[in-house]
Amino acid sequence: MEPSKEKSADNANLEKQKESSISFDFTDSKKEIKLESKNTNVFYGDNHVIKNVNLKIREKTVTAFIGPSGCGKSTFLRLFNRMNDYIESFHMKGEILIDKKDIYDGDIRVEDLRKNVGMVFQKPNPFPKSIYENVIYGLKIQGIKDKKILQAAVEESLISAALWDEVKDQLNKSALALSGGQQQRLCIARALAVKPTVLLMDEPASALDPIATSKIEELIHVLKNDYTIVIVTHNMQQAGRVSDKTAFFYIGELIEYENTKDVFINPKHELTERYITGRFG
Amino acid sequence: MLKVRLKEKIIESGLWLSAMATILTTIAIIWVLISQSFVFFQHVSIIEFLTETEWTPLFSNKKYGILPLLAGTISTTLVAILVALPLGITIAIYLSEYAPKLVRNLFKPALEILAAVPTVVYGFFALTVVTPFLKNIFPGISTFNALSAGLVMGIMIIPMVSSLSEDALRAVPNSLREAAFGMGSTKFQTSFQVLVPAASSGIIVSVILAISRAIGETMIVAIAAGQQPNLTLNPLETVETITAFIVQVSLGDVPHGSIEYQTIFAAGLMLFLFTFVLNNISHYLKEKFQEKYE
Repeated sequence: MEPSKEKSADNANLEKQKESSISFDFTDSKKEIKLESKNTNVFYGDNHVIKNVNLKIREKTVTAFIGPSGCGKSTFLRLFNRMNDYIESFHMKGEILIDKKDIYDGDIRVEDLRKNVGMVFQKPNPFPKSIYENVIYGLKIQGIKDKKILQAAVEESLISAALWDEVKDQLNKSALALSGGQQQRLCIARALAVKPTVLLMDEPASALDPIATSKIEELIHVLKNDYTIVIVTHNMQQAGRVSDKTAFFYIGELIEYENTKDVFINPKHELTERYITGRFG
Repeated sequence: MLKVRLKEKIIESGLWLSAMATILTTIAIIWVLISQSFVFFQHVSIIEFLTETEWTPLFSNKKYGILPLLAGTISTTLVAILVALPLGITIAIYLSEYAPKLVRNLFKPALEILAAVPTVVYGFFALTVVTPFLKNIFPGISTFNALSAGLVMGIMIIPMVSSLSEDALRAVPNSLREAAFGMGSTKFQTSFQVLVPAASSGIIVSVILAISRAIGETMIVAIAAGQQPNLTLNPLETVETITAFIVQVSLGDVPHGSIEYQTIFAAGLMLFLFTFVLNNISHYLKEKFQEKYE
């Protein structure tokens, strides 16, 4: 089949599906709305990469963003801690609310925002410093110098990130000497140390082996009790295992956003079904 | 067929010869330095050379202590580094992390002009502009002094520090910038707490190369720092550096082959050892640095 034809067929489907669009709210939950996107559009220059996305994420849940490469899920994730601001051609329309406050408002300091919204990246990126220095980094830049507080934060964060037992005797060792999986958990510990309420994870396990991956997934299960977690993943099984809700993106549009179980067992939209069964993407 | 192969052979030998020429020159220089110094050290003991506090080979009462020349070299170099290190690194951080593309594209060639100014021009700039200016601040300063020469030498080596440091900063993977920004760091915190430490070996390399350049610099110090061996680290006084002494003897009417004449080889050997060691340290660090991010 010609690609252009396929695309227009997809678009036709899209239009049809949008007419029967469901409400993206989940009234069954007693949890507060933590993150919200209202009529969000993102452009890179003339390139319209996020198209009018509306979605609400409740606190202390895990939400997975899935979709084929280039669908905008990473861009959308990075809206929540304004990491797209560094891209020169980036501009957006619409609102991104955290705790009902628009984070693109003029009076928001991005530095404060990011202390509340931690991020874990695709490739583990510990600083070339000791394990200890890595964990306390966020506290140090806030001006906290009290050794006792720092020490306690290191222990607490490393325990939360399920790394403490492996590194407690070598906190002064370089973080770069750790394995990839340990480095990624260290990055999680570093993010947790400043006590954020939201954790954004951009394919956190894609550079890791299966054992390290399962450790990260177990960790996400535990962390969800305290944090609102949004995870971008290419791994369908992973989305199925770790998330409560799944959002499927396709060419910048939010196609489907439901309980993960429903998305995987009984997808409402043909595109979603085709994607999760591996027929494209 | 044979002809083609012969041609190839000739070309190859030609290339080999040009490569060998540089190596042979280096070996020849080292050989001259060592053999001539050997002659010198048959007359003057190494102990005297290294511990005597006066350097008067051109006077009737001859003393051969390298320390005063060393002090001159160290004080001018130190002043130069104190200028070039903070300015060079600040410029590097600005260009690599802050400057918009347009500014960077204007700034870099402008900095390169600094490196292209002939050192003799720097020398008389130091003597005729900087020294009179310094006299307003330090009335007691000598006309020839280490401070003026060092300051100008510092300006001269800024491009070395800034351009190599900028390369080192840009070589820091973007993932570290993202990590730092993602933790809520400001640009300033990202630059100084993450990027500079991560690029430290590259920055150190740039500084060592700059030191090595300052130690070997001749024209500026010969013109502006004076030609009077002086065991002092006070930058307001007239000093003579190792290089300036070599110039003085080379230009003067000291008879070839005399012991006075041999002194320049001993001094030159000293200079060579310094820069050789520094360059090796920087080479070692560079290797180590490249390992880290590959």
